[in-house]
This record gives sequence, C-alpha cells and structure tokens, in this order.
Amino acid sequence: MRDSLILAQRSVTKMFRKPEQFLDVTLQPIIMTVLFVFVFGGAIAGSTDEYLPFVLPGIIVQTVMFTSLTIGVNLNSDIEKGVFDRFRSLPIVRSAPLFGAVLGDIVRHAIAVGVTLIFGVIIGFRFHTDFLSAAGGILLMVLFAVCLCWVSVFIGMLARSSGAVQGLSFLITFPLTFGSSTFVPASTLPSWLQGWVAVNPVTHVIEALRGLLSGTQYMAAGTTLGGELLWVAGWCVVLVAVFFPLATWAYRRKV
Amino acid sequence: MTKAIEAHGLTKRFGKTQALAGVDLEVDEGRVLGVLGPNGAGKTTAVRILATLLRPDKGTARVAGHDVVREPKEVRRSIGLTGQYASVDEDLTGVQNLVMIGRLLGLDRRAARVRADELLTEFDLLEAASRPSKTYSGGMRRRLDLAASLIGRPAVVYLDEPTTGLDPAKRDDVWDMVRVLVRQGTTVLLTTQYLEEADALAEEITVIDHGRVIAHDTPRGLKRQVGGQTLEVRVAHPADLAAAQQVLARVGTREPETLSADLVSVPVAGDTVLPQTVQALASANVPVVEFSLRLPSLDEVFYSLTGQRQGTDAGGTASGTGATGAPTASGAPDAPGAPTASTQNEGEAA
Repeated sequence: MRDSLILAQRSVTKMFRKPEQFLDVTLQPIIMTVLFVFVFGGAIAGSTDEYLPFVLPGIIVQTVMFTSLTIGVNLNSDIEKGVFDRFRSLPIVRSAPLFGAVLGDIVRHAIAVGVTLIFGVIIGFRFHTDFLSAAGGILLMVLFAVCLCWVSVFIGMLARSSGAVQGLSFLITFPLTFGSSTFVPASTLPSWLQGWVAVNPVTHVIEALRGLLSGTQYMAAGTTLGGELLWVAGWCVVLVAVFFPLATWAYRRKV
Repeated sequence: MTKAIEAHGLTKRFGKTQALAGVDLEVDEGRVLGVLGPNGAGKTTAVRILATLLRPDKGTARVAGHDVVREPKEVRRSIGLTGQYASVDEDLTGVQNLVMIGRLLGLDRRAARVRADELLTEFDLLEAASRPSKTYSGGMRRRLDLAASLIGRPAVVYLDEPTTGLDPAKRDDVWDMVRVLVRQGTTVLLTTQYLEEADALAEEITVIDHGRVIAHDTPRGLKRQVGGQTLEVRVAHPADLAAAQQVLARVGTREPETLSADLVSVPVAGDTVLPQTVQALASANVPVVEFSLRLPSLDEVFYSLTGQRQGTDAGGTASGTGATGAPTASGAPDAPGAPTASTQNEGEAA
C-alpha cells in the first residue's frame, strides 16, 4: 500500500508536468460545456438555461470517461520506455505500479469533476438537490471511473504501442458517450438506437448523476434515481468482475 | 572467493526464437564480468533473468546467494539495474526520480532526499537536479539512470549496454563511474556489443552468440586464444608499400595483408621481431609513420570465434598506438562506440 501511494504520487506529479494531460481534465470539459450549452443548447432544449442542468452531468461523465481511459495509454508508455523494468527490479509488490496509477488517477477524476462543476456554476448551473446528493454524485462518478479504468488497463496491456491504445480507447469511448443520453434525451432517438442506449452503462450513470445534481425532474421519463443507481452498481460489478481479472492477468503477463 | 552471480544452463524461448540455449555465467564478488555479443545474442535476456524480470525456461541462477526464481524479493534487494534504454521517468526531475526510488526502497522522505543529493553530487547532476529528465542529454540520462540503480547500495549491479549511443567522451565518463563502483566493492555484470568496452572494464569476458556461450576468458586470454601478435606498418609514401611488404614477408608467419594504400599487416611470432623489422625497414630505406606490435583486437577474436565480422570497420583498421605512439585516426571518432574507436585501449592492453 505504501508503495502504491508513492507511485500514485508519481502519476499525480507527472500529470501536472504534462500540460496536455492536465488540459484533458481542465480545458476540455470547459470547451465541451461552452460548445454544447451555448452552440447546441438552444436548438436541442429551446434555451441554454433549460439545457445546462440537462447536459452538465453528461459532460462530467464524458470527461471522466475520457480521463479514465487514458490510464492504459500511460501504463503502456511506461512499459515501452522501460520505467516498469526499473520498478520491477525493486523489492516492491509487483502490482504496486498498477494500483499506484489507478490511485493517482482518482486525483485526475476529482479535478475533472470539480472543474466542470465550478465552470457550470459560473455560467449559471444551480444544484437543485441537497449537499449530500451532490457529494454522492461526485463520489459515484469517481467510483464508476475506477471501475471503468480496468477496461483501459486491459487494452493498455494488450496493445503494442501507446498510440494503438489511444486509438482503441477512442473507439470504445465514442459509442459509449454518444450512444447515450449524454447530449439529447433518449426518447428523440430512433428505436434501434434506443435499445443500445437503454443498456449502455453511461446512460445510467448520467441519469443517476442528473438525479443527484440537477434533480429528478431532469431524468428521463420512467426512470427513478434508485433504479438508475442500481443499474450503475450492477454495471460496476460487471466491469470489475470481467475486466479486473483480465487486466491483472494481462499485466502479470506483460510485466 | 564467493560467487556474486552463478547461473547454470539458462534457457529461454520467445515463440520461435531461442533467446538463450543454455548459458552459464559466473562472477566472483567485487569483480567485473563483461558479457559480449552482437545484437540479439541473448545478452539482455540473460540480464533480465538475473534481475528477476524474466523466468528462465530451464536452468538455475543465484545472485548474491539467492535463487532468482524462488527468492526474487531477496535478489531485488541486492541488485541495481541499468537498462539498455535509460529507464528513468522522463517527466519527473532528476531529484524526483531518485527520491521516488529511494522511497520505494523503504527510505523515508528525508533519507531518500539525502541519498538523492549524494548521488546527484557524485554523478555531477546537481545543476540539472530540478529539471525534468527528458531535457537531459544522453550522457546525463545515463548518469541519472546509473545513479538510480545505486540508491540502495546494491552488491550487484547490471549494466545493460551502458554506453550504447554515447559519443566517446560521454562513454569515458560512464567508464570512469563504473571503475569507481568497482573500487567500492560492487560486483558488476556488464553487457556490451563493444569489444573495446569489455576489454577496458572487465576482468573476465563471456562471449555469447545465438544464446550460447562461445568463449569465457580474461581479455588477454581471449586474445591469446587466437594466437600470435600482429605487426602493422604504415608507410609515409604509398610508393614504398611494396618494399614494406617484402620486409614484412620475411619476418611474418604468413603472407602480409594490405589493409589500405599505405598500411600493411602481418602475424608474427617471437621476441626479436620488433628490432629485426625496424632494422630491415631502415636498411630498405622505407620511411614509416606508424608502427605497431599488438595482440589481436577483440574484434579479431570475435571474428575467429564466430566467423562474423562485427560491422564494416571491424578488425583490420583498429591499429594500436604501438611503438610509434602516434595517435592513429583510424576510426571515425564520433561514430558512437564503433569498434574502430578501440585505438587507444588496444594499445594499452597490448
């Protein structure tokens, strides 16, 4: 555990040194918010004020998805560059570098969620729920990101180069975020797409987050906060049950 | 004397490639073993097994008294690894890299900082300590990598091609550091493609090729295996080459070999060859700009062991400073670590 924390500190330090990774969790959600709220908001929801409480939770989820999928890229490039050889020649627990990276990423997620929320508040977002729900929403996001990152770890261990990891992660992220109710209500989509949206874990995370931050009136018709939370919990269990063993197996095979 | 490294019959296969096909390596405590071989010979695989990064398919290895497969943790406590590619974290500063490793080795924050400062001073990196290591030059990065592997004061240090890609001046820096390390009692296993490097640093050399040990000896012993000495003469005027050849044909054990328009060499035997040849050249009125008598270069040894030339300049052109002491500009001095850069050291060793 001590080793993992030292290595988590390393990935946090690295994040602040790599401007592009820092911008991923700061500037990118701001740009997305501006783009969707002010450019598309009026067309989608009639007014930007109406759209903001709907889309902001979506943008938070999307940002966290993107950041949680970069862990595979980072791990892959660490291995490529031989940094992991050095770690492995040290008398530390073999999985410490892996858990260190996951722990370090929690800071990234927290920053991503924080920046998006603060910017949202600046442009007029108001919490329509109590403090506990809002805090619960943030916690839910971080939890989901930690469960999802094992997919990225798995890809990161299988792919030959960090560039390939990036490409693959993008392929996965795209249908997950856009094939969901992130930006538009699912009821406006063609029925075949609604089928996918209904099972897509991201949809349920977003609905739950809307319920926790903006209020249940922004959730899709026919959904309840409790039901959505259950969906998210179920997906988290599935993601971890499937991808944690795969990721750690691939990790042990590779390093 | 106790063995710091003892490996027997190591084999390792990657898919269709038999990287190691039964390698034995032994190093006494406090000594330097050079593991010499061309690219792909299996040097790095052997080091990775000895550093517990890979499990051998067959064979056993003990490092600092511990089995690499059964007691990897104990082995890791006794070793320092310097990778073929500098394995420091590019995004962290020099001091952050060293402190992190110190802390992973169990030092507290303060002790890790003290040790980092010691090593940064020793390796002349204090000025660059707070810069990200990606801004370092190749030589600085190697020094940081070496420093990183020494934080825990390991008894055994692996240097996997420590000077590959460095220019000769930087390479000499690394060599000096290795010598300091050995004086402090560290056992060093050094892999290299450069015969000159093994010759300059190692007390014993194991030559491996295609995953097998093809020779093990001291540098001088290796040279003797090939037998005899080589006499080389560079004439002042190419026109005199034929005359020089005639002289060398009389003293040599074989036909002289013409290496270039003004350079001729011949294998010789016996202690009186040198004065004899000088006299003969003088009476034949052949002005000479370079004259050397030396043991065969390691390149020539390698050639005779494997039947492969290591690169285009190997062997022949690596002339020693020899009797004239004239610096021979035979190698391209800025070709990083190319075999031809062996000029000075061959001279010293001979």
